[in-house]
Amino acid sequence: MNIHTIAQYLNDLGDKSNSGYNFDCQPISGEVDVLQVTVEGREELPIFVSVTDDQVLCITYLWGEDEVIEGKRSQMLESMLEMNIPMPLSSFAKVEEKYVVFGALSINSSMSDIEHELLVLSENALDVIDDMSEFLK
Amino acid sequence: MSIFKKILTAIRGGASEAGEAIIDANSTRIFEQEIRDAENHLTKAKRDLTDVMAKQMATARDVERLKREVAEHEGYATQALEKGNEALALEVAEKIAALEFELADQQTAHDQFSASVVRLKDLIKKSERQVTEYKRQLSMVKTTDSVQKATAAITDNFVSGNSKLLNAKESLERIKAKQQNFDDRMQASEALQAESGDASLEAKLKDAGIGSQQSDASAVLARLKKK
Repeated sequence: MNIHTIAQYLNDLGDKSNSGYNFDCQPISGEVDVLQVTVEGREELPIFVSVTDDQVLCITYLWGEDEVIEGKRSQMLESMLEMNIPMPLSSFAKVEEKYVVFGALSINSSMSDIEHELLVLSENALDVIDDMSEFLK
Repeated sequence: MSIFKKILTAIRGGASEAGEAIIDANSTRIFEQEIRDAENHLTKAKRDLTDVMAKQMATARDVERLKREVAEHEGYATQALEKGNEALALEVAEKIAALEFELADQQTAHDQFSASVVRLKDLIKKSERQVTEYKRQLSMVKTTDSVQKATAAITDNFVSGNSKLLNAKESLERIKAKQQNFDDRMQASEALQAESGDASLEAKLKDAGIGSQQSDASAVLARLKKK
């Protein structure tokens, strides 16, 4: 399993997807291969997929530290912690100065598991920004 | 220091020096080599265990056989004594003594093998747990490294593509607007569908002569004649 097999699957999916959503995949080259996946209509919130020895990581960037309203940071962090378990399949994290939601799957996951993960992650990201917008500039 | 602390320290320390690898690639390789060595030891220990278990089974069989032979000869000796053949009985007794000596020997060997089996199984279990733990730690280190490199690739891509990641609220607004637009169009097309559906039904009804009919000249004439 690598990002190319995932891209191939998602591109071939077309209208056959169970979800009714279309995906667009674009590999990003670098020291580590990253696949940028966008769900049709949600191009502003791309999902970045990378594959390591034992897991598939799917990450969506939410907002930067600089977008958090001063004085509301700890309240926001508290809310994020509280929402972490109810949020299906995804968890919150921070990469450098950005807050993210991510899902990690076993390298042995099926392609339809990955498809499901990507869609749930996309939904979660939208919901989270909506719910957390009171803390954001 | 726990692996979590180490990674956290590395991330915090590394954040100030952009572009610098968080985890020293060389120490990762050494760690991987250590895991491979541990796995090799584990394979060897399992092979040893198989050998020892085979020996344990062989000695167990010998012990059983010798016990049977001792019992058998004890029977012969008793019979010889019953028949008053003291000389023969003594001879059998000597044989029994030899068998018992051998039995004690085999029993000792068997006990030693059994102890070894227990010890090796323990060792293997411990090593397996350790290898699993090492692998988990290595996975954490590698994932940290991979995420850092992936972030660098993503950031580079956005910088070179001259586009910037939008503010979260802006992104949400845009997506919602697109969704709204999509919903509106869906609704419009549904409405259109419904209208054309109504229209076609009316046409069918008319063809079947049901519902309001357009009056024509012949119908009017017929009506007038009736008067």
